[in-house]
Amino acid sequence: MVTSTDNLVESAPSTAEGVEVRIRKRQSEAFDLDLACQLGRGITIIFGASGAGKTTLLDCIAGLTSPDSGRVVVAGRTLFDSDRGINLPVQARRIGYVFQDLALFPHLSVEENVGYGLSGLDPRERSHRARTALDSLGILSLIQRRPAQLSGGERQRVALARALVTEPSILLLDEPLAALDLPVRMKIAEDLRRSIQDLPIPALYVTHSRDEVFVLGERMIVIEGGKLIAQGTPHEVLSAPRGETVAQLAGFENIFDAQVSSVHEERGTMTCRIGSARFEASQVEIETPLVNASVGTQLRVGISAGDVLLATSAPVGLSARNIFAGKLVSLWQRDMIVVAQVDCGVEMFVHLTLAARDSLQLQPGREVWLIVKTHSCHLLAV
Amino acid sequence: MDEHRSCDNAQYGARSGYTVVLMDWQAFWLTIRLAVSVTAILLVIGLPLAYWIAFSHWRWKFLVEALVGLPIVLPPTVLGLYVLIALGQRSPIGRLWQSLTGQPLVFTFTGLVIGSVLYSLPFAVQPLAASFTSVDSRLLAASAVLGVSKHRTFWRVILPLSVSGLVTATALTFAHTMGEFGVVLMVGGNIPGATRTLSIDIYDQVQNLNYAGANTTALVLVVIAFALLSVVYSFNRSLWRVLPRA
Repeated sequence: MVTSTDNLVESAPSTAEGVEVRIRKRQSEAFDLDLACQLGRGITIIFGASGAGKTTLLDCIAGLTSPDSGRVVVAGRTLFDSDRGINLPVQARRIGYVFQDLALFPHLSVEENVGYGLSGLDPRERSHRARTALDSLGILSLIQRRPAQLSGGERQRVALARALVTEPSILLLDEPLAALDLPVRMKIAEDLRRSIQDLPIPALYVTHSRDEVFVLGERMIVIEGGKLIAQGTPHEVLSAPRGETVAQLAGFENIFDAQVSSVHEERGTMTCRIGSARFEASQVEIETPLVNASVGTQLRVGISAGDVLLATSAPVGLSARNIFAGKLVSLWQRDMIVVAQVDCGVEMFVHLTLAARDSLQLQPGREVWLIVKTHSCHLLAV
Repeated sequence: MDEHRSCDNAQYGARSGYTVVLMDWQAFWLTIRLAVSVTAILLVIGLPLAYWIAFSHWRWKFLVEALVGLPIVLPPTVLGLYVLIALGQRSPIGRLWQSLTGQPLVFTFTGLVIGSVLYSLPFAVQPLAASFTSVDSRLLAASAVLGVSKHRTFWRVILPLSVSGLVTATALTFAHTMGEFGVVLMVGGNIPGATRTLSIDIYDQVQNLNYAGANTTALVLVVIAFALLSVVYSFNRSLWRVLPRA
């Protein structure tokens, strides 16, 4: 797990433009939110399962709810400090918040929605700023529409424009893409990253989607049961030595660095050479679905341990394109699942049933073959 | 039917010496004036009261809600009795009013307005509070995060999204005030031009066996009430079509 302090020090931002959060909040008998972190400008993914406390963390920063104790400092400004009795009202915190359901005002036009937070300005200046913000996100043409007349992606951009136009000192995004279908979601996540990665403020992006992590993340923290359990780059966190919770959260027990070695556009596939931290120079090649990448592109490949088949003799006549010969390194049981660790040039984890283990009479040292379908290989951006 | 009634009128109207009037326009305009005044006053009182009921976290709030709802279940005569006592010549309020204006409160139009405001209070407050409560709390959070005060949020978000509640409250208050009887009779009596409303007028006409007049007046009330309720229901329906929750 990457909760190491060196990591914290390494990424410790200057507080002038970063955010420092130390909060404790009792939610129920069984659940306490209790975490501390220091984050700099740029996007930080806040990752965790539903109910882990992610939204509560954002609400504490925004002032929509108050922690029992702790401190929240954004851009050198103390928003909350239980020791000093400071608790700035929401209205005074200068927060940009993109809500999960976006919370656009249904009775106002796009322009009025974006200009809403600028009510102190005179109408001409307000309109000018709203238009500039909409223009920079490429949605100036929607200015007269109502939220109900927008597509999911357009709504999302309007919400972002509304949050940014007030020039906040921090941007909070609470699963802003959750309502969108997956293909659209990835495209918009990419747009979103381009819009916010160069902002001079921290952006905290809450998600429980691993796809979004890889598209958006430079840094991530992982929250579970109200506690911060890991922190670092997505790669560090998700490929950290078998942090089981993290791996489960990520959904991929197997994550490899990969480099595209050939592209077969006519077949809709590519071949990638994969390696992991422990097997730097592996010669293992794997066939994956085609994405928009060229030979030499660095990628990451994620494979769920449940998607890998294990055979005790060399399989023939299979449709699956990836068959790796290897050796069983170890076996252990977790609940009703057996985890097999296999060395096949890279280290791969496979989930088996108890019955499969017994009928195959698996023992460490046994020669095995691993079978992975092309479409079980998930490509993740670096 | 018509024949029968006109026969009645000729007989009894003539016998009682009562001038047969089909519509007492003085009572009609007085009723309209009363309904307009009460509706206007109740919107002014009702908006903040409904806002408080919708958003307060005070633990004894339910008592206030119960108090506001009382006129719905109490017999109007009970409410009227207490208003009569509270505004009467012996009460501090009645005496203060009399010393300030030289007029008594009871058996005047002003007294009638006060009684009616209390009587119609739940018809204004409850629809407003219900529609304030139904505004998505995330919209209010969004407004606060954007630096907009609660007061301004009310005018820019809560009220525009509660238009159906506002229409319902206005129409119900107006219609309910037009049709009240018990409170008016207790507090206002039956003084032509000052406190005689249409519902009292109907009662009067029936007492005088002027069924044709009672029928016409009653029909006017039915038509107005039906028209107002139609506005409420049609408006609510079209509003939801125009503005789906995004």
